Amino acid sequence: MANIAQAMRDETATPIQRGLKEALYAGAISFGLFFLFIGLRTDQNISNELILVPRWGLLAIVVGLVMIVRFVYVAYGQPFMARQKIVNVASGLLPDSVGTRFFRLPYFIAALAIAAALMIFAGSLDGIFGAGLAGYMRFFRALAIIYALASVLFYFRAFIHAHFSALGIGVLVIYPIFVVVALTLINGSVASGFQGSLKWVDNFGIQILIYVMLAWGLNIVVGLAGLLDLGYVAFYAVGAYAYALLATHLGWSFWILLPVAGFMAAFWGVMLGFPVLRLRGDYLAIVTLAFGEIIRLVLINWREVTNGAAGISGIPKVSFFGLMSFNVSDPNYIAKVLGIAQSGAYYKIFLYYLILALALLTAFVTIRLRRMPVGRAWEALREDEIACRSLGINTTTTKLTAFATGAMFGGFAGSFFAARQGFVSPESFVFLESAIILAIVVLGGMGSLVGIAVAAAVMIGGTEILREMEFLKVVFGPDFTPELYRMLLFGVAMVIVMLWKPRGFVGSREPTAFLHERKAISSSFTKEGHG
Amino acid sequence: MQYFVQQMVNGLTLGSIYGLIAIGYTMVYGIIGMINFAHGDIFMLGAFIALIVFLILSSIFVSVHVVLFLLVMMVVAMVMTSLYNWTIEKVAYRPLRGSFRLAPLITAIGMSIALSNFVQVTQGPRNKPIPPMVSTVYNVNGISISLKQIIIVVVTVALLALFWYLVNKTSLGRAQRACEQDRKMAALLGIDVDRTISITFVMGAALAAVAGTLFLMYYGVVAFSDGFVPGVKAFTAAVLGGIGSLPGAMLGGLMIGFIESMWSAYFSIDYKDVAAFSILAIVLIFLPSGILGRPEVEKV
Repeated sequence: MANIAQAMRDETATPIQRGLKEALYAGAISFGLFFLFIGLRTDQNISNELILVPRWGLLAIVVGLVMIVRFVYVAYGQPFMARQKIVNVASGLLPDSVGTRFFRLPYFIAALAIAAALMIFAGSLDGIFGAGLAGYMRFFRALAIIYALASVLFYFRAFIHAHFSALGIGVLVIYPIFVVVALTLINGSVASGFQGSLKWVDNFGIQILIYVMLAWGLNIVVGLAGLLDLGYVAFYAVGAYAYALLATHLGWSFWILLPVAGFMAAFWGVMLGFPVLRLRGDYLAIVTLAFGEIIRLVLINWREVTNGAAGISGIPKVSFFGLMSFNVSDPNYIAKVLGIAQSGAYYKIFLYYLILALALLTAFVTIRLRRMPVGRAWEALREDEIACRSLGINTTTTKLTAFATGAMFGGFAGSFFAARQGFVSPESFVFLESAIILAIVVLGGMGSLVGIAVAAAVMIGGTEILREMEFLKVVFGPDFTPELYRMLLFGVAMVIVMLWKPRGFVGSREPTAFLHERKAISSSFTKEGHG
Repeated sequence: MQYFVQQMVNGLTLGSIYGLIAIGYTMVYGIIGMINFAHGDIFMLGAFIALIVFLILSSIFVSVHVVLFLLVMMVVAMVMTSLYNWTIEKVAYRPLRGSFRLAPLITAIGMSIALSNFVQVTQGPRNKPIPPMVSTVYNVNGISISLKQIIIVVVTVALLALFWYLVNKTSLGRAQRACEQDRKMAALLGIDVDRTISITFVMGAALAAVAGTLFLMYYGVVAFSDGFVPGVKAFTAAVLGGIGSLPGAMLGGLMIGFIESMWSAYFSIDYKDVAAFSILAIVLIFLPSGILGRPEVEKV
């Protein structure tokens, strides 16, 4: 009876009342959670003893924020979402979607005007508004530009959706050129254009593309063959160390060692594959995790070869197919051969195209393999292992090829990573990396190459961009360092995206093999990751 | 011989801590079939809460008996850590319960990253040392046994007895075992499945908090990143013993503890983790569902 009375009360309560109630609950819980961690801070005093520093103000702010967010969500967010699903009686149509309401033409023009105006007066902002207010103005300008860009994307969404792959590759190909040209125009000189492009090409372009490639490689194991692999970073490490050791000791070039590194990683993939053939699901997951940790621990402890935790430095750079080099001291240094000014940016741009080519190779091989017997066997294995065996598919070779192929691309990415950094150490191959790569595969929608690329761009680019958010210092004070919150936000974003789209960004998949006609199946009807 | 027995004692201590954490993994796995990756960080939170409580207590009371100290630390850590795990389950795992298998795994990994970084951001990245709480060492026939080790083993045994009683003799334990066997049928028979799962998470967190408190007392130091390694070891222990089996978790924990202390005593301390992981792989090759795990019956 009590339950029914409770339910009736919930029914009759207005959203505001419910919001207030929920906000009180949320406040009480968050007070309990944060009381010790935000309210008190452990700190060392002069004699190196731990003392507690109270921060009740901060605690009050955080708890207050949680309450407000919860209240707004329950009192306004939920009823709004419910209304969006109700058809208007008079017109028989659903209400306008949030997108169409948010991106209106007048708003778009206004945003453009504001951005342009603030751009023109950029130099004199400090003079007019004073330093503090000018910071907010720049923040406002950034928002206006983001809004305008988002509106453009929104208006052309059908077109973008239809030609996503072609557009995506096109954008990726012209990205470094665009950055250099844009920065040249802004800064007024070609040299500073190249110099300024370093950050954008290296931190964003190359960084994201490495993760795209790794996630596409892992996708073969997890997304296609359905084998849950928590130690993928081991193959990345094998590739990186293969290149680092062979290049520093034997002096072989990158172009010879790239296939060698891929081959060695594939070999280790098979080595891992053999013992785990009989394991399923979570047993498989823990053994792959253990394998990743074993490789990392061996790299740390086998000091004679790997130089332990200090890592290997002085790894040679990639050459331009042996024709030109990127070392300033070499006689065939690219700037000397072509007769242009010296810059470190050429190497980064070259590396960008190299990793782009490697990533596209991974995608191409994946797409082609899916149409071949082995790819179809992988997908069959993912959907149902018993049926697979009943049909005469050799599950041993199927699993081993999946591990080997996935590992090979990990090895390619690893040797590229070593060449790009010029330095490798076991620090780069911790479990967190495996977890991030797996998260990208799952968030993208397992098996979907486009979804995975989008997930990598959002997750890696999103956390990288935090480093650029200087304007946040205006809001939170000069001591505020956004980088500190990078991994915290990454973890929270993983949870939120998963709750919002449990199937990943691209949640439906089209069968590779079909009878009569191709029908997209919602992936909620398929099972995956059973290993 | 003395050396061997000494290592046994050390292994038993370590194994007790791993076993306490492993039970949380195995219970959650048994009831909802999910690897709770954040459990290692729940353990770290428990240790951190114990640390903060210790600091509060030692700034208020100057001379109180150390057992009382430990008891208060343990109880507060259990309550607060349970609150964390309860909230996490409600926010991050429950909405995905009907979803496909990897979705809760990914939110668990996300939660693990978020929790350890939350502690890093709020409490700072440094190691947090405390002055030694218990320093008595007994010498029995040339084997030194510290009071800390005795406390750890006694607390573990007492908790296991309590736990065994809860799972085997109470209606709550019956509900848990029913949910483990068939969640839908249990719901049809009037068991509140959501509540039972919540309680399972709370119980797992409470045990992890005790393990965290004992860890803090034993090593005297904790840092935000301390959740990962014991978490992975405990998970390894749970799998080794057969995931889903409670005695298996304790057995696996003790095995991992023994392997580690024996390996570092007789071979090399550098490769102790490699040894633990390799033995896991070897055992699983011959017993694919762990030592005490029930073999999975494949149904078509």
